Amino acid sequence: MNGLVLGGTYALLGIGLTLIFGLMNVVNFAHGEFYTLGAYAAFATLGLAGTHFVAAVLAAIACGVALGAVCELTLLRPLRAESIDTTMLVMIGVWITMQNGELLLWGGVAKSIPHPFPTAPLVLGPVSIAPLRVFVLVLAAGLIVASYLLIHKTQLGMAMRATFQDRDTAALMGVRIGRIHTATFAFGSGLAAAAGALLGPVFLVYPSMGDLAALKAFSVVILGGLGNLPGATLGGLLLGVAEELGAGYVSSGYRDAVGFVIIILVLLLRPAGLFAKQERIG
Amino acid sequence: MARAERALTLSVRDLAVRFGGVAALAGVSFDVHPGTITSVIGPNGAGKTTAFNAITGYLRPTRGRIEYVGVPLTGLRPSAIAARGIVRTFQRTSVFPSLSVTDNVMIGLHLRGSAGVLDVLLGWRRRAAEESRLAHDADGILEFVGLGHRRGEVASELPYGEQRLVELAVALAARPRLLLLDEPGAGMTTAEKAAVSSLIRRIRDQSTTVLLVEHDMRMVMSISDTVIVMNHGRVIAEGAPAAIQAHPDVIRAYLGSAGDHD
Amino acid sequence: MTRAGRVVPVLLALTLPLWLASPYFLHVVIMAGIFGILALSLNLLLGYTGQLSLGHAAFFGIGAYTSALLTLRLEWSFWLALPGAVAASGLAGWLIGRLALKLRGAYFVLVTISFAGVIALVSVNWMDVTNGPLGLPGVPAPALGPWSLRAKSVYYYLVLVAVLLAYLVCRRLVASRIGRAFVALRENEALAESVGVDVTHYLVLAAVVSAAMAGMAGSLYAHYTRFVSPEVFLFSYTVTMVIMVVAGGKGTLAGPLVGALIFTALPEALRAVTSWQWQMLAYGVLLVLLVFFLPRGIVPALAAWRARNAP
Repeated sequence: MNGLVLGGTYALLGIGLTLIFGLMNVVNFAHGEFYTLGAYAAFATLGLAGTHFVAAVLAAIACGVALGAVCELTLLRPLRAESIDTTMLVMIGVWITMQNGELLLWGGVAKSIPHPFPTAPLVLGPVSIAPLRVFVLVLAAGLIVASYLLIHKTQLGMAMRATFQDRDTAALMGVRIGRIHTATFAFGSGLAAAAGALLGPVFLVYPSMGDLAALKAFSVVILGGLGNLPGATLGGLLLGVAEELGAGYVSSGYRDAVGFVIIILVLLLRPAGLFAKQERIG
Repeated sequence: MARAERALTLSVRDLAVRFGGVAALAGVSFDVHPGTITSVIGPNGAGKTTAFNAITGYLRPTRGRIEYVGVPLTGLRPSAIAARGIVRTFQRTSVFPSLSVTDNVMIGLHLRGSAGVLDVLLGWRRRAAEESRLAHDADGILEFVGLGHRRGEVASELPYGEQRLVELAVALAARPRLLLLDEPGAGMTTAEKAAVSSLIRRIRDQSTTVLLVEHDMRMVMSISDTVIVMNHGRVIAEGAPAAIQAHPDVIRAYLGSAGDHD
Repeated sequence: MTRAGRVVPVLLALTLPLWLASPYFLHVVIMAGIFGILALSLNLLLGYTGQLSLGHAAFFGIGAYTSALLTLRLEWSFWLALPGAVAASGLAGWLIGRLALKLRGAYFVLVTISFAGVIALVSVNWMDVTNGPLGLPGVPAPALGPWSLRAKSVYYYLVLVAVLLAYLVCRRLVASRIGRAFVALRENEALAESVGVDVTHYLVLAAVVSAAMAGMAGSLYAHYTRFVSPEVFLFSYTVTMVIMVVAGGKGTLAGPLVGALIFTALPEALRAVTSWQWQMLAYGVLLVLLVFFLPRGIVPALAAWRARNAP
């Protein structure tokens, strides 16, 4: 059950990252920082201003979307013709900048976000789970469904899918690629921020929390295949559950190694992702 | 019979390549004889470039056999195939973009050098001798293709026609015994095409066998010794240029596709 | 370059400890040398073969730990431990090269990051060997017969020789058939293969040489600070190396050394006025600015400027 809670947020992280890669061909090394941003936004609203949890998550999403859009417009748009390596360097720069900015702004001490839920676990037959986690799971699931609806049912989503399939053809058909890129990056960043706001109260909030989140996001995306949306969702849930189950068997010190090992193994054995059909050679 | 088979430069038998459910090549067989210019023609999507990719190791065939002077090539990596004297060019202009014309050719000369890590790090004298020999070779090749005046210029900054010449120079530097050219005349002016045609003839006269894919019929008919016609992943005709021009299947294939678009 | 233009820097480098009395400045110069080797090694991969390794700190750390463990546990002399460290890191480079062979761009980056991540976790958790987060104190300073090389003014020369060695290795490789094969992979891999460049061979070779060089820097670092802890795997080391290479000029010989000098001296100069966080923040911003305004780096920009202003 806890595995699903983790998995849901990992999926949110993964969906954002995989969309940005698949659509924009940008490896977003700053993705984890949008997660951190979301967590601090939740800390500011929930912990300091004392708003409702849902309002805090919405505030975090708003922050993520806004900063994501700014980032895309100022940094990525001018570099659209450049190679993937160039944008990768820029995103590494953004990553370092954001992380140290947060460190300067909030200090290095981990903060805990107070939440309005009772701490006594809910017991449902054989499963017991904290009410907070149920809430997190429900919200995460809601956000995943909302993303799917956005991508499959709206005009923007259709334009996004068209761009994803074939950028040149989409442009010929009148899709404004620049806008789609901005929307995609903002959307992905918003999802990462949402994940941060959701997991923030479950764990602690600290400036370098994004590194681990980015690692998880990358493992999820690689599990699912770069650019594969359902793959990222499944991959997220799988990773969350695997971590929870695996924690009993491997020593806690090596728990974080799971993500690294997944990345290495999947890339070496099935570079197209776990759920991809066998591709042709050549 | 066995001896005759050996004398063939390249023999392709029953070559098939499938992408997913689509057969790009459906069992192609042909021979390329030493010292000739052989052209492969056919409408777009006929499988010409796919055949090139399979022969040079860029694509693993689903079925079939490719032999070069009696030795099978199937399963070898592109660099190993190049080491056996089979060198190709690409359909889209393909140079080392940010390097000078000379450096492009110097990379092409890779197989003519032999310096390994230890030679480079320790053996000072031998390395210098090899380097000056390679530089001399590079000069000769650039003069041969007519790029002697462009040595120091950055490859990607040259005009299109000259970039294609750089490509040819890079391929020649690898000292091919069989040279595969993928649309050497594409996008060129009539004058440039004539120059390339004469260059290809001179390459053949230096005892390099040439196999080329080309769309320009006038160019194909004027320089080829043998023409192979492909359509829908199969060879539909093979013969001397004059015979091919009169071949009913070829006329049908071309008229049919001309109606479609090409 | 004029004759004086060559002689002056050489004399400067040879006599530096004589007139640079402050141990603090010598320390900065020694660290610049160690980072110079690291930047040269990263440049072989990033600048020449075009593959970005974001796990380079792992090779540095493996070298540092190997050298420290060989001298501490097996009581080897530094002069044996150094080649041992080079070999261990080179082996790790070979492994990564073999594994990541088919992966390019983002995929290669992710594998190198993950590799460094795993190695760092091992250094923290394998208490029996690495002493975990506490690290290994008391790494002996190298000695030459009866003379200890512990003094900074002496260690400087050791590092100077190592930098020179690394530079010469790079220079010889780059100006050879091997270096051309590296560059060919960066420029156009398919074309390189078509003229017989064996991709596997040259990628693995570049990874091995690069990792071995980083291992040498690690060993020099361990015996200089005489303490090794999991901090050697810090991602900020890798980021620093990347910035040094990109700022100095990737794919040039002098670029990484110039970058290393600037980005070791600059933070030290800034240390008096700002905190470490501000510095890292500035690094991030700088990396972005470099990509926008000086994408090819300082050395090529200077060369272009000189060419423009030549009579």
